[in-house]
Amino acid sequence: MPGIFAFAETRDGEIRKVSQEVVTAARKLADALGTEVHAVVLGSGIAGAAAELGRYGADKVFVGEAAAFDKYSAEGFTTVISSFIKEHGCDVALFPASSLGKDLAPRVAARLGSGYSSDVIGLEVQGGAVVATRPEYGGKLLSQVAATGGTPVFSVRANVFLPVENAKAGTVETLNVSVNEADFGAIVREIKAGAAEKLDVGEAGIIVAGGRGLGSPENFKLVEDLAAAFGGKAAVGASRAVVDAGWRPHAEQVGQTGKTVAPTLYIAAGISGAIQHLAGMRTARYIVAINKDPEAPIFKVADYGIVGDLNEILPRMADEVRKMLA
Amino acid sequence: MKSIVCVKRVPDTEARLRIAGDEKSVEAAGVKFVLNPYDEFAVEAALKHKEAAGSGEVTAISVGGAESAETLRTALAMGADNAVLLKTAGRAEGLAVARVLAEEIKGREYDLLLFGMKAIDDDLQAVGPMTAELLGIPAASAVTEFSVADGRVTAHREIEGGHEVVELRMPCALTMTKGAYEPRYASLKGIMAAKKKPLEEKAATAGDAGVETRKLSYPSERQAGRIVGQGADAVPALLKLLREEAKVL
Ligand SMILES: Cc1cc2nc3c(=O)[nH]c(=O)nc-3n(C[C@H](O)[C@H](O)[C@H](O)COP(=O)(O)OP(=O)(O)OC[C@H]3O[C@@H](n4cnc5c(N)ncnc54)[C@H](O)[C@@H]3O)c2cc1C
Repeated sequence: MPGIFAFAETRDGEIRKVSQEVVTAARKLADALGTEVHAVVLGSGIAGAAAELGRYGADKVFVGEAAAFDKYSAEGFTTVISSFIKEHGCDVALFPASSLGKDLAPRVAARLGSGYSSDVIGLEVQGGAVVATRPEYGGKLLSQVAATGGTPVFSVRANVFLPVENAKAGTVETLNVSVNEADFGAIVREIKAGAAEKLDVGEAGIIVAGGRGLGSPENFKLVEDLAAAFGGKAAVGASRAVVDAGWRPHAEQVGQTGKTVAPTLYIAAGISGAIQHLAGMRTARYIVAINKDPEAPIFKVADYGIVGDLNEILPRMADEVRKMLA
Repeated sequence: MKSIVCVKRVPDTEARLRIAGDEKSVEAAGVKFVLNPYDEFAVEAALKHKEAAGSGEVTAISVGGAESAETLRTALAMGADNAVLLKTAGRAEGLAVARVLAEEIKGREYDLLLFGMKAIDDDLQAVGPMTAELLGIPAASAVTEFSVADGRVTAHREIEGGHEVVELRMPCALTMTKGAYEPRYASLKGIMAAKKKPLEEKAATAGDAGVETRKLSYPSERQAGRIVGQGADAVPALLKLLREEAKVL
């Protein structure tokens, strides 16, 4: 019987939050279409963690374990997943729009000869067909897309389909995978550690972002302190101006040539709000702007703003947030 | 070393866009077009590695209408050696573009196939991995920097909260993001030289991409909110609003 395919990404043996979101999105579609959710998890030493996907609505969780899958392999994962989708004749295939998902999903789509859309922020069933909504042109337009045949492949943006826990526990099955690392043309040698522990700006629920208004790289400590005040829930973001100046790594850049983010709360401090910056953060649920220039364009998109010197405002905010969450 | 760089003509980032009457496409009139910014990183990377190797060739390829010749000239002016326009009628994207590219590239000799990580018009981030898949070659996406030695590429790929070091057998495909390759400006000399460089045009047919746009719309405009106050004294009021009105804290 067909079903909704959900790819669940793991890291260090743990199911990532975006994977819970993908399964949640799949559950909604499955209910609308009257079918099941089939989640697939690939890796090594992940069987225990995989079972939790039932809680988010997977009817069946298929676990494919291989030593070669200790790290991500585009070729290996593509082979296993596309055969799975072909064999099960899935109606729709969902992936997280993470760095891994966006590397893998288009390859799977090409192998299947299926259409693909990325960074989906809405999924609905219209007349039996699944219609996805996605931003284009840096969020200046929204596009509704539908598949013209085969199993459509979509990657869903983080923080949009918030995980919903479901009392139903899914069953766990073993997926036979026989892969050999020697066959792969590309092998992940290393994941640069340390940084991997940090909450990523692409996935954080709260982002405190700083721009040229910070004045110096040292002063970015004000942004880091405020992010830290949220107790592990906030990531640091940056405008391109400060990344180009070498104050912050590109990984933190939000915008057209940086990351696209959809947090619940985006605090922009000392950022003017150039169109290319808005391209990355305009889908944040709430935007707070802190800027000394009352005419700064960021105020045109911000829900709340404070006009003034960030050198005074940010430390006070960090203090008050700490007090409030204590 | 031979590199092929795939490039796309896209509306400038500042462009104001209007949805056309068919509700499925964007009006091109009055819009300034540029070489996709991510593709600039790819062109720059190809040129840098050719320069480091001391020999080689950089070929720029684009799928698109006749206007895309202009985009290829930009790549030639930056320093690419030759260019190919695979001329299609109408807009093509995703799998359709990958198929046209793969068909052209499979007959060519190359070590590196480079793309921008995504095009800033459709924001799809798919043509690179799809083309690699159709060609059956290894690939890595969101690459900030890479080195080449002994028939292998070592690429740094951005992932959440860090990066991955991937080793790839050549030929391979990489999709480039911002990182080690700051795009050079085309010099006047480069622009003049580009006029004499070979730019081949071939007719191509882009088939079904497997997805269709049913409707384009404008996102609901974000309303300018409220200035809560001036200076640090406004902080408690802001947090109160975030907690009680927005309910995000
Ligand atoms: C192709 C292309 C791609 C781009 N991609 C991106 C991208 O991905 N991301 C991105 O961000 N930009 C991008 N840009 C750049 C963008 O156009 C802007 O240049 C950039 O966003 C400006 O950064 P900023 O707001 O930090 O700096 P500025 O524009 O210099 O703004 C600084 C702000 O800080 C305020 N300020 C100064 N001092 C203080 C103080 N003490 N207290 C409070 N406020 C203060 C000022 O009033 C001002 O509004 C791109 C541009 C191009 C052409």
